[in-house]
Amino acid sequence: MPADGHLERLKREGRIVVVGASLAGLRAAETLREEGFAGTLTMVGDEPYEPYDRPPLSKGVLLSRTTADHTALPRRRNLDADWRLGIAATGLDMAAKRVRLADGEEIEYDRLLIATGVRARPWPHEREAELDGVFVLRTRDDATALQKRLADGPRRVFVIGAGFTGSEIASACREREISVTVAERGAAPLVGALGGVVGEVAAQLQRENGVDLRTGVMVTGLEGDSAGRVRSAHLSDGSSVETDVVVVSLGATRNTEWLAGSGLGAGPRGIACDAGCRAFDIRGIVTDDIFVAGDVARSPHPLFGYQFLSLEHWGNAVSQAETAAHNMLCESVDRRPHMWVPAFWSSQFGVNIKSVGVPSMGTEILISQGSLAERRFVGVYGYQDRVIGAVTFDQARWLPFYEHLIETTAPFPPPFPTVDRRPEGARPVPADFPDPSVPTHGPTVTLSGYSPADRRMTFTPGRH
Amino acid sequence: MVRVVVDLNRCQGYAQCAFLAPDVFEMHGEEALLYKPRPDEAHRDDVVRAVAACPVQAILMDRSDETVTVGEASDAR
Repeated sequence: MPADGHLERLKREGRIVVVGASLAGLRAAETLREEGFAGTLTMVGDEPYEPYDRPPLSKGVLLSRTTADHTALPRRRNLDADWRLGIAATGLDMAAKRVRLADGEEIEYDRLLIATGVRARPWPHEREAELDGVFVLRTRDDATALQKRLADGPRRVFVIGAGFTGSEIASACREREISVTVAERGAAPLVGALGGVVGEVAAQLQRENGVDLRTGVMVTGLEGDSAGRVRSAHLSDGSSVETDVVVVSLGATRNTEWLAGSGLGAGPRGIACDAGCRAFDIRGIVTDDIFVAGDVARSPHPLFGYQFLSLEHWGNAVSQAETAAHNMLCESVDRRPHMWVPAFWSSQFGVNIKSVGVPSMGTEILISQGSLAERRFVGVYGYQDRVIGAVTFDQARWLPFYEHLIETTAPFPPPFPTVDRRPEGARPVPADFPDPSVPTHGPTVTLSGYSPADRRMTFTPGRH
Repeated sequence: MVRVVVDLNRCQGYAQCAFLAPDVFEMHGEEALLYKPRPDEAHRDDVVRAVAACPVQAILMDRSDETVTVGEASDAR
């Protein structure tokens, strides 16, 4: 309360702990200082590195344009923080307001920000995952190891999963003239994030660039030689592929295990928080001293029917971190909602792919500009007669326009003519997303939870 | 030390940076951007010019030389 100077005291001599020292944690820390927090700031990170940028790891690093140890993020200002790097947080005591670290240290806080992000989902068969030559790509160390192996000139790289990361890895391999096979369970690459119409374009791009793309197949096993080096991958269609490098790109798992039993509303889908980034406890009551930001958060978004969205997006990490940090230091009436419009980019096979909104909510797509055949187009996604998302292939400059349509819940199909609309863009076609109930590594936006207005859930007792 | 990050959500491929600091920024295809996140000190002035010239102000360069190594982090306890 303002009367007792509580906030002033917090700002002057309070203790704030940020768990997670990546993009979201760093930007939150900067914002805290910018907004006048002069107390003790502790940054906890399980990796032994200062905050670094991940997008280059699957692009510039694999192309050897830079190295993974050169990806440290620039700072907007001095942080004057106490760093605990290379030490994971292992527990949270909400009553005592303490975070426990792997080395036994306990850190007390007045406000806690959780930004522990996600990690690469490993290959499920442990013994196969441990074979030499089997990689995932998420961290600096992962990228260093994979880059080194690519530089050794492998005969063939085998990528499991054609989401964005898998496709970017395949692209880097082809640019380095390394033979690459991509195995994807869905009908096309990127299908979970962008649907089948755009996925088909991504498939053509891969094949034209010499990728041996296998869709509609699962990898049933990885086989090693007597020295423990991977030598082949077996597929559900009965075929097998000789390979000396396997990259498992099956999406991500949220880092919430350390919160088990803490009483915080954290689970495999992330940590639920309100639009102001305050975490919910397991009783569904919002906490007032624990905030969440970045990939690990799930929060309701007013533009998308108040569905809880988990966004594995660079821009979301920045925006949510800034909002969370602001809200940590102010009165409830001064808090801001996190209303960032989802956006992401990927570059692969020389094409710049960008998106805004939530394409995966779309049921229809209209190619409003350009042409799929030319790999240069704008696709607009519609859901319940409104514009819900957009994707561009080498047409990035139009994206802010479509972002505005999404923000203003413009009708779908857009009622106005657009420049360069071809016959194929005359009318919407089904966007062709896979069944959302089938688990997939594809989407970088996960729709979870239901709108408060949604009354379609019914209880069906099990038959015994 | 120079550290750089580009907000590629903002970037619209105007390529001003690739023109002003070609050793740091390059176009990769028609509008995708590749860049060196830690350019050589010798290119600092070029990067400063690129930051200023970017029409969408997408380039962030260090405003702090503060850094931390794991060793320092332990010492700071």
